[in-house]
Amino acid sequence: MKGHDMLELAVRNLRQSKLRNGLTTVGISVGVASLVAMLSLGVGLQQLATRRLAGSGMFDTVFVTSKQDFRDFNREEEQKDQHPESAPVLDEPARDKMTKLRYVTEVEPEIRVMGEIVYGGQTHFGFVTGLPMSARENEAFDNLQGKFFSRSDAPEVILLNDFAKELEPQNPKSLLGKEVTLRYGEHQPLAADNESTGRPQFSGEPSASNSSSANNDSYGFSVVRKTQPLKVVGIIDEEPYGGLRTVSRGRIFLPVDLTQNLNMAEFSDMRSSLRGHGRTYMTLTVRVKDPGKVAQVQDQIKQMGFRTFSIMDATKSLRRFFTVLDLFLGIFGSLALAVATLAIINTLVMAVLERRREIGVMKAIGASDGDVKRLFFAEAGAMGFFGGVLGIALGFAIGKAINVGTGIYLRNHQLPAEPVWILPPWLIGAAIAFSIVVSLLAGLYPAGRAAKLDPVQTLKYE
Amino acid sequence: MNSSSPGTLAAVRTENVCRFYAMGGGTIRAVDGVSLSIERGEFVALLGQSGSGKSTLLNLLAGLDRPTSGSVLVNGRDLAKMSSEELARYRRNDAGMVFQAFHLIPTMTITENVELPMRFAEVERAERAQRVRESLERVGLGHRLQHRPSELSGGEQQRVSLARALANRPSLLLADEPTGNLDSRTGEDILNLIRDVSLSLGMTVVMVTHERALAERFAQRLIFLADGKLIPGPQEVRA
Repeated sequence: MKGHDMLELAVRNLRQSKLRNGLTTVGISVGVASLVAMLSLGVGLQQLATRRLAGSGMFDTVFVTSKQDFRDFNREEEQKDQHPESAPVLDEPARDKMTKLRYVTEVEPEIRVMGEIVYGGQTHFGFVTGLPMSARENEAFDNLQGKFFSRSDAPEVILLNDFAKELEPQNPKSLLGKEVTLRYGEHQPLAADNESTGRPQFSGEPSASNSSSANNDSYGFSVVRKTQPLKVVGIIDEEPYGGLRTVSRGRIFLPVDLTQNLNMAEFSDMRSSLRGHGRTYMTLTVRVKDPGKVAQVQDQIKQMGFRTFSIMDATKSLRRFFTVLDLFLGIFGSLALAVATLAIINTLVMAVLERRREIGVMKAIGASDGDVKRLFFAEAGAMGFFGGVLGIALGFAIGKAINVGTGIYLRNHQLPAEPVWILPPWLIGAAIAFSIVVSLLAGLYPAGRAAKLDPVQTLKYE
Repeated sequence: MNSSSPGTLAAVRTENVCRFYAMGGGTIRAVDGVSLSIERGEFVALLGQSGSGKSTLLNLLAGLDRPTSGSVLVNGRDLAKMSSEELARYRRNDAGMVFQAFHLIPTMTITENVELPMRFAEVERAERAQRVRESLERVGLGHRLQHRPSELSGGEQQRVSLARALANRPSLLLADEPTGNLDSRTGEDILNLIRDVSLSLGMTVVMVTHERALAERFAQRLIFLADGKLIPGPQEVRA
């Protein structure tokens, strides 16, 4: 028998006992709905977490530090680096080398220094950080009041709203366009003839024994108070990069090139001077064109002897967590479907008993065992299909209810409502397919029983 | 019993066919070594008491049952050697069946009942509609085609059943007590119809009945069975 004939017969057979088959179909749909509701919750939660991370703008970023500064968290790797003193430092040549790597769009230092803003005769302390032009895309700037920096070296400043309120408690917005003065410490290297004063004196030691190393050790710097007029161009409410980066933890934001041109004294300068090499960067952020290439770039930088960190490392464990969560949600969701499977078996076994004679007649007029089997399969599959479709609708309604419920809860706690339940299209298809497959499996036994019926027995005249 | 005369090809031939059932501790010999031959286009009646094995023999000819031993040859092919798939194909294309209890599918309309064997035979939809009409006209039913069997009289139901048996244009029609549930006039009408159809289509007919009078009027030959065996005797009713 042809497929469409089979389906047509199956559906009309199902319609013969509407109540019984309807109830079974509803049973399947409840199973599918619970599965869909559970899995969509998992998907929704995962997307929520991912959205939070993606919003931080860190998916395309590799953070690079020197192994001299921090030891690796990874014990095994630490063992390999027996001599962190000999590890390469993050200096200008290293930065150039990273800039030239494939897929790298920009390499910017993370600069964070103490500074003061002088405004209206008052001095306000705050951390100053440098932001690259690419920070514009970060979600923190979605609600930017005013404008972003015009150039990467413009004498402009963007303030965190809290800080702006310190300056202008009544109307922080009025700061836009106004001029403020930044007071900061400038990093000035010691002049060559100052070397003797900058150098520690080891009296009494034979100068020949350490002359070569002593010459290399001649490093020091002065911190000189400087001021820089800045125009306030923008005010933001949230810290950029979700507050997750060094440069997030500031309240005064300058364009990154300006920060560098001002040659501000950084905390790390102290350490560099102790170690006796020139100025180095604490952290470089390497932006990659495509988040998919992050791992590749990360590997290349590791090859150069630096330590790297990317959000990919963090999401790896996050993904593992959600895989386990989805598995559990799936198992609980499947329980109802397992019960529905029993209902299908029961319904079809009943149908086989009820339609014994009909099966015999069909065989007598030419149905093969296979035809009979497939017919019952088709009935099981059709119930699975309708149950699946109905279940999606039901699951959708449950999910909407969850979203509305959590929305109310979040708003009551002064939090923005976000969907925690998301029904992706693939889940719709997968749930219906799963429902059909499960129903077909449930149909195996009844269909086999129907196919094995002996027509002579069923057609005996009683 | 190998009585098929030279020159005529037997449509149906059984050779020492047996069908035994195990029941309780013993064996029931429902059909016990029957050898017979039926010519193409012949109308044969199988007669006997209940339990004589006539229905079992019919089921063997229909390919619904398999012989314990012996062979059942229809158009030269041995049903005993067929796979269940081949038997299904044989029932679908070569043999049409009519039952005492009509055995129409109660949930289907008349049209759908007649169409059903063609679905199994994978006949195209357009052709099916035409052949349904043809078959129903042949049995004299041109109306009430969308009714359910229960809305029809017994005679009408048996006509539908006959139309269904003819749908796939079989060469052999097997009727199991076709008049058993009908009053005598309607029964006669049905037998007339079967005879007419068999004559016009050149179809071989084997009918099981216990109504000897009817059998004598319509069948060309009577075959008597008792305890699963043929009863020897004059079997030609008429030429």
